[in-house]
Amino acid sequence: MLQQLFKNPVALLCMGIVLLTALLGIFAPLVAPNDPYANDILNKFAGPSWQFPLGTDQLGRCVFSRMLYGIRPTLFLSLLTMLGTIGLGVVMGITAGYFRGTVDEIIMRVVDVMLSFPSQIIILAVVALLGVDIRNVVIASIFIKWAWYARMIRTATIKYTNMNFVLFSRSIGSGNFYILTRHMLPCIAAELAVLASLDTGWAILNISTLSFLGLGVQAPTPEWGAMLNEAKNVMVSNPEQMIVPGIAVVVLVGAFNMLGDCLRDALDPKAVRQ
Amino acid sequence: MSAILDVNDLCVSFRQGKRRIPLVENVSFRVEKGRCLGILGESGSGKSMTCKALLGLLDDNFEVTGSSAFEGMPLLGASPEKLRRLRGGRIGMVLQNPMSCFDPLYRIGEQMAETLAEHTRLGRRAMREKMVDILNLMRIRTPEDVLRKYPHQLSGGMLQRVMIGLAMSLNPSLIIADEPTTAIDSISQFAIMQEFVRIKRQGEVSLIFISHDLGVLSLIADEVMVMHQGRAVESGTARHVFDNARDAYTRHLIDQHKAVMSRFLAAIHAGKTPREGSAA
Amino acid sequence: MTWLEHGMKNYIIMRLLATIPLLLGISFLCFVFINLIPSDPAEVALRIRQTPIITEELIAQTRAELGLDQPFLVRYFVWLWDCLHFDLGFSYTNPARTVLGEIGRCLPATLELAGLSLVYVIVLSLPIGFLSAVYKDTLFDRIMRGVVFATTAMPVYWVGLLLIWLISIKCDLLPTSGYGGFSSLILPAFTVALSYISTYIRLIRNNMLENMREDYVLYAQARGLKQRAILVRHILKNSLQSCVTAIGMSIPQLIAGTIVVENVFAWPGVGRLCIASIFNRDYPVIQAYVLLVGVLFVFFNLAFDILQYVADPRLRERKS
Repeated sequence: MLQQLFKNPVALLCMGIVLLTALLGIFAPLVAPNDPYANDILNKFAGPSWQFPLGTDQLGRCVFSRMLYGIRPTLFLSLLTMLGTIGLGVVMGITAGYFRGTVDEIIMRVVDVMLSFPSQIIILAVVALLGVDIRNVVIASIFIKWAWYARMIRTATIKYTNMNFVLFSRSIGSGNFYILTRHMLPCIAAELAVLASLDTGWAILNISTLSFLGLGVQAPTPEWGAMLNEAKNVMVSNPEQMIVPGIAVVVLVGAFNMLGDCLRDALDPKAVRQ
Repeated sequence: MSAILDVNDLCVSFRQGKRRIPLVENVSFRVEKGRCLGILGESGSGKSMTCKALLGLLDDNFEVTGSSAFEGMPLLGASPEKLRRLRGGRIGMVLQNPMSCFDPLYRIGEQMAETLAEHTRLGRRAMREKMVDILNLMRIRTPEDVLRKYPHQLSGGMLQRVMIGLAMSLNPSLIIADEPTTAIDSISQFAIMQEFVRIKRQGEVSLIFISHDLGVLSLIADEVMVMHQGRAVESGTARHVFDNARDAYTRHLIDQHKAVMSRFLAAIHAGKTPREGSAA
Repeated sequence: MTWLEHGMKNYIIMRLLATIPLLLGISFLCFVFINLIPSDPAEVALRIRQTPIITEELIAQTRAELGLDQPFLVRYFVWLWDCLHFDLGFSYTNPARTVLGEIGRCLPATLELAGLSLVYVIVLSLPIGFLSAVYKDTLFDRIMRGVVFATTAMPVYWVGLLLIWLISIKCDLLPTSGYGGFSSLILPAFTVALSYISTYIRLIRNNMLENMREDYVLYAQARGLKQRAILVRHILKNSLQSCVTAIGMSIPQLIAGTIVVENVFAWPGVGRLCIASIFNRDYPVIQAYVLLVGVLFVFFNLAFDILQYVADPRLRERKS
């Protein structure tokens, strides 16, 4: 499956975009030409120049540098969200699917309730409860998303615990937990990767949306959604301020979505033939 | 005798990018009035593909060449509209999976009615009577009930009979039956074959009977064409093909059939003698 | 036929009963939510009554008065009982107003918005999805697939901003924001609808393509039915069977999805009320909003489940 993925030029391009963005984010202090916080009110709304590759914003700050620093909360917090989501989902899913009975019943009812709310509402409620802060946005996102993974992993656990090779390894005396982590997780890793890739796109949108609403990353910190929120205020006079952060979000989310689609195609050759 | 259907050098290929994958190559055959042509071959040998190509049922990904005439009128290259009018009217079709061939959301009566409405100008009352007639002819005991049922409420054999009845209803001169007995249980299979034999005896309709089952074909076919990997490897009258097959593949099929039959007969005879030998 | 309808009635009753635990779960979650907040409700209540000096004694007295000294579960059921009588308490920031009144004041604007976006979703995604499937791999289909892909990657608020800039500022065709007449509704509703439109274009297209490969389509062609009749009467109807349910279940999501758009377009609906309440820590309003959306969600799920059951003869049969 991975081989097929590496042969696909679209998938390679998407991975390239993600990797490049990540590298730029990590090495932002080295790459960025200016301090993202340094304002120069006299030089506001400057056009692109050698010193300011993408011009300056309403406070005369370098847009390019702010974009680079903005990768950190946007990309890394969404990856963190996904890590937490999958971790919690795997633990809950395996617990439910393995022990069955009452434990399963309780976890799955909780999952049902979680899934019966639109995700945006839960996130808002959690943020309202814990206070306006980006950390709480991440917690809220994990809180709402884990249920999907738990359900999927529970189904897989039940399926795989009844499969022959698992029964076999149990019969030769492997421990239960060992069996599950060693045999089942690789089996569903592919499925998990598809879902995770698509959901990373969702997480990026989510973090930038909440930052835009002022509930996530707070004002002076550079973040793409927060930058768009600031751009909104000067929309009438300087609409070009909305362009760069917006396109950046679209490209990054698009890359994750496309990667998810490619993964799915590589996973299920039947679907490609359609 | 006049040929109802005359096919020459039919080729079908599948377009994949710039490549062409040949599926059926240079197939020619004739169907005489009132006779039955059996097409024999394993799945994937191009039997169904041949008939779909003739009736214009393949989509744009397939390329069809050759010539064919139905009652003197060319089929390949005819306009889609003309072909559509032929299908279900002059040429009836019976397909393989009766359970999935009807739209699950409409009652049987509705689906029969839309077919009849497409080819005739009957009023509501006349249509109803016609449908009941069709089902009666197919020896379905409670036609009114069957018309009101949804496809999933009927058995495969029953649906297959509805399909045959519908194919017969508009006085076709040709019926193409594509593995009509494959997907149903063996008791219904026998009944369905009886229907086909009855249709053939009436002598009005020509038949193309596609099957992978030599036993089934031997019941009904006058002429047989054997297909293997997209080519017609053997053709002639049924007796002739069964007795003196020249092609290796055909002989293989026939020998296998004979072997199965002799085992079957042996088993039956063994069953008659009490107890011993029943293990065969 | 009577036994069939009897089975249907049973199914509906079963389905209704099954929603009760779900509703209890949702309400319990909302109740837990308000109990997790750090501030003491008794103190809040005193402040609402504008008591000049708040003493420990007074707080204890109010606690007893409000039933806060009761066990947790008892308080939950008392609260639930109040909710069933549409008594959702008072707003913290503006004690003169009831929560129900606040929600009621803002809900019509949100419903207008969600209603029009639903119209957009149906009017645009059905024909485009249908045509994309029929003319698969043509220029039209390719363009539509590109548009669908792009819109799923676009942040909703950015689309809103771009639309305001392009249509309201550049071309001066529609009002930029605010609440006033139908013309001010067009852009926000479209923004809400956009992501759902692309989801359903894709859903309908894939569903149609899947149905086109079914045997019943081949047989319909073999019966000589017109291609148009096959597409509309058979393929489209079969595809819609599942899509209608999906669209119906997304209605509460449309309502919830207005939050962002209402803030971009300064639309005076419940979403904006909710965001304002988060900033003001007006917990009862947030709680009521969450409860409202949760209940709507369950309700629409139920309604469209039953609708699908009634529409599909196979389901009707199996369940009874």
